Amino acid sequence: MDTMAEALILGAGSDMAVAIARRLAERKVNLVLAGRDMELLSDLRADLEIRYGVGVRLVYFDALDYASHRSFYSELGSPSITVCAFGYLGDQDKGMEDWLEAERILATNFTGAVSILNIVAADYMQRGSGMIVGISSVAGDRGRGSNYLYGSAKAGFTAYLSGLRNRAFKKGVTVITVKPGFAATRMTAHLNLPPALTASPEQVATAVVKGMDRKQNTVYVKGLWKWMMLVIGMIPENVFKKLSL
Amino acid sequence: MKKAVTNWGNYPIMESEEITFRTIGELKSQLNTDKAVIARGNGRCYGDASLSEVTVNTLKYDKITAFDTETGVITCQAGVTLDQLLDVIVPKGWFLPVTPGTKFVTIGGMVASDVHGKNHHVDGAFSRHVLELDLLTGSGDIVTCSASHLPELLEATCGGMGLTGIILSVRFQLKPIETSYIAQHRIKAPNLEALLELFETHKDVTYSVAWIDCLQKGDAFGRSILLMGEHAKAAQVAGGDPLKLPRKKSIRFPFNLPSWVLNTFTVRAFNWVYYNKALHKDKHSIISYDTFFYPLDSVLHWNRGYGKNGFVQYQFVIPIENKQGLIDILKRISDKGWGSFLAVLKVFGEQKGGIQFPMEGYTLALDFPVREGLFPFLEELDQLVLSYGGRIYLSKDARMSAETYRSGYNGAAEHFSKLLHQYNPEQKFRSVQSARLAITRS
Repeated sequence: MDTMAEALILGAGSDMAVAIARRLAERKVNLVLAGRDMELLSDLRADLEIRYGVGVRLVYFDALDYASHRSFYSELGSPSITVCAFGYLGDQDKGMEDWLEAERILATNFTGAVSILNIVAADYMQRGSGMIVGISSVAGDRGRGSNYLYGSAKAGFTAYLSGLRNRAFKKGVTVITVKPGFAATRMTAHLNLPPALTASPEQVATAVVKGMDRKQNTVYVKGLWKWMMLVIGMIPENVFKKLSL
Repeated sequence: MKKAVTNWGNYPIMESEEITFRTIGELKSQLNTDKAVIARGNGRCYGDASLSEVTVNTLKYDKITAFDTETGVITCQAGVTLDQLLDVIVPKGWFLPVTPGTKFVTIGGMVASDVHGKNHHVDGAFSRHVLELDLLTGSGDIVTCSASHLPELLEATCGGMGLTGIILSVRFQLKPIETSYIAQHRIKAPNLEALLELFETHKDVTYSVAWIDCLQKGDAFGRSILLMGEHAKAAQVAGGDPLKLPRKKSIRFPFNLPSWVLNTFTVRAFNWVYYNKALHKDKHSIISYDTFFYPLDSVLHWNRGYGKNGFVQYQFVIPIENKQGLIDILKRISDKGWGSFLAVLKVFGEQKGGIQFPMEGYTLALDFPVREGLFPFLEELDQLVLSYGGRIYLSKDARMSAETYRSGYNGAAEHFSKLLHQYNPEQKFRSVQSARLAITRS
């Protein structure tokens, strides 16, 4: 990463995004924080400027307001790194009954991300440089009864990122897929997660920045997840459907 | 979600609902509850002061929002920890006006406990350096208080153990430094008499603290090492960046040790090694601020060394004129032989107002692993402390009685209760400790 680089963080208020922003700022990367909660983001801007002495800009961004994405991006200047960190876990059971909840899960985790990254990727490919980091999820590796709305949206996002990587690579653009596994964030605060498989936002951020340095294709935060998902992926569907996961 | 919560002493442990927040809006939207609520930072108080049915975890409310590097005035949200803060202020030539013996406390916790450092006799407690703070009160209002606006609320909040509301953000004055190093002066004291004389001789030194080996008897009773320090001047530090941050290195206690490991023998051996490591009777050196202020922070989770039953830290203060009381109490501890990894003696200067723990006098802190018979023994010590006009530190406390609290804090306790009645009339904010000490209902 260049030290004078600028990174756009989409969904900058999330716990993971804050940790990633801090790690990047530590490396003297300037930042554009994009999100909806301007109170939170303006505190975060002051914090990043004071702690790391980097330049920070704030821009309002709503992942679900597709129509705004083009003008949002064109007014940004051109940050050479884009981190797509917004997401919504939602409630699977509610989503089964209530289309608005289901749609919000699908749109936040998939179509919203596709809408903005299409624009970013086109720009980067035209310039012949740039880096896109997408925070996807191991939940997308195989659908599970307990959260397949979220999982299927993330599966779509993972496939999108891998396809984009395949195309953009030839144009000098790096695309990184991050699969954090369980992370102890606000999104999961109500869940009881096994400590051995659960990463802190800071651990996620460290892994992301390391992945960016190495231009890794897929970043798993805790190594165990890679093997676990490999095993889970190999379970025959006839067996898998009988498990409660 | 309910989870098991415990503070640094690993005693007591309780189930609590935890709230986290990043903005005031998020906090307010979760506080609509009839249950008892208390703020909690990094869990470095020792006992039950930050335990309640609902704990408000402040660690995500952790932004430094203003820092004037010319004047050294800084504003930060309650969840910022001192280790984060030091990384920012030291390279700019500033230091904390007051610091406890660990840098893993939050600013909110610093205020709620009104922490003191090794410089209380010179600089007072943390409250002396607080310019302004924002508090979310029981009515849901956000109130800014300072010496000129709502001074009584400020007074009740500093050292008020979180009972006036949720401390949101604090503006305070830092202290200028030329270097990040401490010029340390270390003296061995053969016994307690000699130590107290040394404290008196060196009372103008900014930082001072003594480590006492409380297992020694006879002529060596109170054998100790007095550590004193001043912020080193630029001329005292050879070459390189004088404001360099210390290298981060730490080891981690991976699990709870079985409780028999810390028996009299091992504690004796530890103290012997510690005392004899200091080969010279009198030694001057230039060391990093980490080594001077935070020696135990390099062993993360050292509290696990006391085993899964946990421990209590017993810290009291007695007035300066009752030196005999200090000797008396230390003798009881020494005779009992129930050990103490740490026995720390400091001198306090005068302290004005509030519910604050310090008074001009001596303060001694000791660790006791929880065991059968410990609490009755500590109850005996309480009575001694009270008889010498002393009191017990609330941030370390997990077991004292409401009577001991009221006698120790006499006038201040009543005044504090009155202020609480005014600012937290519904007693929304209350802890296991405040209920035990009958400061609030349970």
